[in-house]
Amino acid sequence: MSESPKSGAIQVTGEVLSMRRAGDYFVLTLTAPGIPERARPGHFVALAVGGVTSSALLRRAFSIYTVQSRGVYGGTLEVVFAVHGAGTEWMSGLHRGQQVDIVGPLGKPFMLPKNPVPCVLVAGGYGSAPMFMLADALRARGCRVDLVFGAATESKLFGVLEAKRVAASITITTDDGSVGERGRVTDVLPAIMKRTDADVVYACGPMGMLREVARVATEHGAYSQCAVEESMACGIGICMTCVLPVIGQDGITRMVRSCVDGPIFRGDRVRWDDVDTIPDDVYGAPVKGGH
Amino acid sequence: MTRAVITHSPREQDARVTPRVDMSTTLARLELPSPVLTASGCAAAGRELDQFFDITTIGAVVTKSIMMNPRSGRPTPRMAETPSGMLNSIGLQGPGIDSFLENDLEWLRRRGARAVVSIAGGSIDEYTRLASRLRHVPDIAAIEVNISCPNVESRGQVFACDPIAAAEVIASVRRNTAPGIPVLAKLSPDVTDIVAIAKAVVGAGADGLSMINTLLGMVIDTNTMRPALAGVTGGLSGPAIRPVAVRCIYQVHAQLPNVPILGMGGIRTGNDALEFVLAGASAVSVGTATFNDPSAPVRVAKELAIALAERGFARFEDAIGYAHRTPEPLAAPGGVVAVHPVNPEDDIADSDIRGGVEG
Repeated sequence: MSESPKSGAIQVTGEVLSMRRAGDYFVLTLTAPGIPERARPGHFVALAVGGVTSSALLRRAFSIYTVQSRGVYGGTLEVVFAVHGAGTEWMSGLHRGQQVDIVGPLGKPFMLPKNPVPCVLVAGGYGSAPMFMLADALRARGCRVDLVFGAATESKLFGVLEAKRVAASITITTDDGSVGERGRVTDVLPAIMKRTDADVVYACGPMGMLREVARVATEHGAYSQCAVEESMACGIGICMTCVLPVIGQDGITRMVRSCVDGPIFRGDRVRWDDVDTIPDDVYGAPVKGGH
Repeated sequence: MTRAVITHSPREQDARVTPRVDMSTTLARLELPSPVLTASGCAAAGRELDQFFDITTIGAVVTKSIMMNPRSGRPTPRMAETPSGMLNSIGLQGPGIDSFLENDLEWLRRRGARAVVSIAGGSIDEYTRLASRLRHVPDIAAIEVNISCPNVESRGQVFACDPIAAAEVIASVRRNTAPGIPVLAKLSPDVTDIVAIAKAVVGAGADGLSMINTLLGMVIDTNTMRPALAGVTGGLSGPAIRPVAVRCIYQVHAQLPNVPILGMGGIRTGNDALEFVLAGASAVSVGTATFNDPSAPVRVAKELAIALAERGFARFEDAIGYAHRTPEPLAAPGGVVAVHPVNPEDDIADSDIRGGVEG
């Protein structure tokens, strides 16, 4: 069982408080008694979709956007999602008062620096969702926080207005130039790192972006913390579907579960180019004839 | 249907709703306080689920199939959701027997949970070595021999598809396992005649049967127009396969009524579990449903107890194989349904066609 009453995951039935549109995304607010006080920046929740007789059995995982442990409704949390398939389609039709089975908080949260060092937070699309709790936690430690948000187009950015309140600066990039600078987050990142003398880079977004952010961070001698996106069936470490090759402290690469060993990994530990493969030198790799 | 909501202290909620049905059961020689177990590959080694319910209260934890050596498994994507189910191609990722014994099994032992250890091998020799390695390990409730994982490179390695190969594996594991420890053979439904495989492994010394493993399946991603899984094919599990599982158990129990069966394949509710029991299962494993609901094993046990009570059963064991019995005149309204115990002298002759559903 949990080491302390305020850690570890729990399963609760939440109730929908609100659903609102935000550009191309949806923001879902749920009651989630017990989860907010356990949640740390970078944690995620796994929601069952379609109700108790649903034919969609696999949980959908979402970074926690906000939590409130007190208030009229007790503990509440918010997640941001895009409609990708039948599960998120069902979620987008949720109404106030409907019940949703929630498991969380899950995963390992972002690691925070002990000292008040400058940090750059990089997000692609709605990968910005977990960055607000993170920015608050970093600022509470006296860290300077600069944000870089990128997306294909303006409607696929999330939380730009709010970002201005939590950061010393925000830089926006879009692929089509509809807002901010035309290009990718990694086009502007080196200059921002140099200007802020950043020691830590935090990133959440598509795997390709994470790989590039980790590379830039390492080139600048900074430490990176990347929230990976792997498809999961359970979110709690029992199905073994969400693995990726990560180098351990002993230098050995293992296929680790992004749900319980991540989703936050050191950028220089993930073998980005080998994701979706079994590298030859991975622990337990196939030998003679394979498997 | 109601759904158990596990919050901070699930144990306090249990006593309130569990009806008075004796839920204890015997699986081979293994006595279990509850007939609901986890399913191999759907519970890791129990530790993660212990956050959501007290792992010692269920029948047993059936651990993920372990092999001799550490194994990385297959590349991702390893999973595809399908209607009322999923495909997986994990490829038996695991830490190897030494690490398993030192960490996973040791944790289960200290936690006080009953452990059914699932083993998988690429050769008869590997199964033999695994059994020998487990022989002197204390606190193992039973060994489940996974001879039916579809996620191996060569379909020729699926021992459960060949009665001779299946029997060879089981005979060797049985020989190398302590006499008091039941050996269960896990069978594949992907065979023409599952009864023939069941008879072969029972003849080779299996104390019981685990049925069923996943069915080999495939999904093609219509966007990429390529197979959705990196491993191309995968094992189909979840409620989608439940009727197949019930059929397999019914057919085998009809022919081998004295052979204990651990039933699995798409159990999500207590009523689902009841179907397996009525078909002939002495205990059940809850697998894929746990991905959807981490407290499913305890919820299913609770719902099963209610379902049995509603049908007038005072003991779980009275319901085993009930679907095979000749219908009795209806009991008086509100009365207890007549329950006939399985005749221990039941013949297992091939001519016994009670369960025959083949055309």
